[in-house]
Amino acid sequence: MKLWKSLFIGCSLVAVSAGLAFADNGDTLKDVQAKGYIQVGVNGDLFGFGKADQKGVWKGLDVDTARAVAVAVFGDYKDRLRYTPLTAKTRFTALQSKEIDVLTRNCTQTLGRDTSLGLDFVQVNYYDGQGFMVPKALGVKNAKELGGATVCVLPGTTTEQNAADFFRSNNMEWKTVTIENTAELSQAFWAGRCDVLTSDASQLAGLRASAPKPEDYMILPEIISKEPLAPAVRHGDNQWKDIVNYAVLAMINAEELGITSANVDEMLQSKDPKIQRFLGVSPGNGAALGLDEKFAYNIIKQVGNYGEVFERNVGVNTPLGIERGLNALWTDGGLMYSPPFK
Amino acid sequence: MAETTHIEEIKPPVTDVGVIGWLRQHLFNGLFNSIATILILGFLVKVMPQFIQWALIDSVWFTSGQACHQAEGACWSVITQNIRFTVFGYFPYEHQWRPLVAMIILVGMLVYSREWSRWNKRLGYAWIFSLFVMGLLMKGGLFGLVPVESTKWSGLPLTLLLSFFGILASYPLGVVLALGRQSQMPIIKALCVVYIEMIRGVPLITMLFMSSVMFPLFLPEGVTIDKVLRAQAAIILFTAAYIAEVVRGGLQAMDRGQYEAAESLGLNYFQMMRMIILPQALKIVIPPTVGILISAFKDTSLVVIIALYDILNTTKSILSEPEWTGFSTEAYMFIAMIYYICCFSMSQYSRRIEKQLEYKHTPNQEEKPS
Repeated sequence: MKLWKSLFIGCSLVAVSAGLAFADNGDTLKDVQAKGYIQVGVNGDLFGFGKADQKGVWKGLDVDTARAVAVAVFGDYKDRLRYTPLTAKTRFTALQSKEIDVLTRNCTQTLGRDTSLGLDFVQVNYYDGQGFMVPKALGVKNAKELGGATVCVLPGTTTEQNAADFFRSNNMEWKTVTIENTAELSQAFWAGRCDVLTSDASQLAGLRASAPKPEDYMILPEIISKEPLAPAVRHGDNQWKDIVNYAVLAMINAEELGITSANVDEMLQSKDPKIQRFLGVSPGNGAALGLDEKFAYNIIKQVGNYGEVFERNVGVNTPLGIERGLNALWTDGGLMYSPPFK
Repeated sequence: MAETTHIEEIKPPVTDVGVIGWLRQHLFNGLFNSIATILILGFLVKVMPQFIQWALIDSVWFTSGQACHQAEGACWSVITQNIRFTVFGYFPYEHQWRPLVAMIILVGMLVYSREWSRWNKRLGYAWIFSLFVMGLLMKGGLFGLVPVESTKWSGLPLTLLLSFFGILASYPLGVVLALGRQSQMPIIKALCVVYIEMIRGVPLITMLFMSSVMFPLFLPEGVTIDKVLRAQAAIILFTAAYIAEVVRGGLQAMDRGQYEAAESLGLNYFQMMRMIILPQALKIVIPPTVGILISAFKDTSLVVIIALYDILNTTKSILSEPEWTGFSTEAYMFIAMIYYICCFSMSQYSRRIEKQLEYKHTPNQEEKPS
């Protein structure tokens, strides 16, 4: 039996690597235009980023990013997107096997993923980082005091690895409780099965809000990792990568230029050459990408600028209640920065 | 018992009849059983009032998630407020009557088919017709029904679909494999043995991963096979291997004389199997077969890991919403109930068919294995 199994696995691995090596990444834009819709991989269970509401309408920052891409290509997003919920394990294969055209599923960009998985990341749409939440009763004020703690963590993600790195580099003992699902993981934490819950900072705030007694818990100030979450496309299709990249950048640039979904029509009259170029009043950008000249106008009109998208999905008035922080514009001390649209 | 033979009717002692008699006979017959009864009663007395307090008295039923946090007891609102997403998942909201009707047809047909005597040609046609109607309702695209791609099938319909077709297709496949394994022809035998042992050597999760992660990479450029179909195929292939081994057990349990008698009547292999061996062998193995089918039904929940939204996963999805995080106990109890109802009906169903077959000493028409 063992022989069969190893033979089986061996053959599969060979076939997979062969498949990767010879994958032809073709012309996604033409494919997408021919079929009339974009297949997009999303999370499915991550409130604020990718999740359907009770009527099955998709919502979230990643979903709005996908909508921006659809608007850029088709001029509108209604019925132009087919969502495929993916798990952390299936997400990259789905992209490689062309089951999806673009992956907007809170994926951390890393060198390893960028090079060996046959995919390319584009502009980051959310800068996340990993933090710790502890019960106030634990009396811990910063992460360096966590030696010997039992830590609740999701398995198989970069989160687990980061936590391990953090504890090892600080010469601290630790024990893990790994549970596959965020909701159950937090349940275990509320029930006191572990002293510390570690996850992306974007998650911690929302989880804390869902605690039986939120005031009993605090999020430690340290951020122990960089988690730039970026959409991804298949490696080797440069035009498609440009389109997805500039769809995201258009939202950031619009915020920088002060264009919102509410005032975008007035802005068409603007005398500012930057705004004229951006909105396609003076043409050039659209043709360069192989898109309609109005693509940026359409994105802002229908989806909104980055600030609007952020506030709508994860901002302070949502249950997640996240401050802009690193995700503010560079002019406000954040990292969101768009190259000029010219 | 012996008292009844007396001419003068003597009533049994009061401790042997009525409530006390029943108690004595069923709960306190012997030291060990008495201790067990007392322990269980003590446990129930300790636990039940709290459970009832939590589940019924202090519970809230139709509130928002925020109100639930204030409530002392169970928050059944997590089910009532999200019932449509839990049951139908991503199926377009305004068309959710379609999977509902499809499920009602399926359950109705299953209930009607519970009597063995009703299994005839007409029922077969009725099944084909209703399967067609169910497919049409789910898929749409004809008679003015809006097409719904299979990626949007989720919730209870998906669970039922995966298990129903999984069971329907894996059973005959398993029988064929079992026959192949018994075969005299070396190549067929070897193929069946390799297949059965290989599938039984890997867990279902591996099969599902293969179907969803590796298999698409083998396909030629531009060819993609529907995700639901791939998972369905994995479940069928997996279950069939287990059925095959159970059926083989049935075949081996048959007396050699049955085979010889059939051969001496001049029946060829297929006639022998169809008329003599299989009807008996399959009947013997109904209980273990149903065991496998029930576990196959429960195994469909593993499609969670390839991000298909069966009823368990739609529930998890609801629980990941900040408003409802923390009420997983209530939600999972509801799902457990649904699974229990389905599995219990399956086992009752099979026992019924088993019984009906049992009493048929002289079947005048040959029975077709289901």
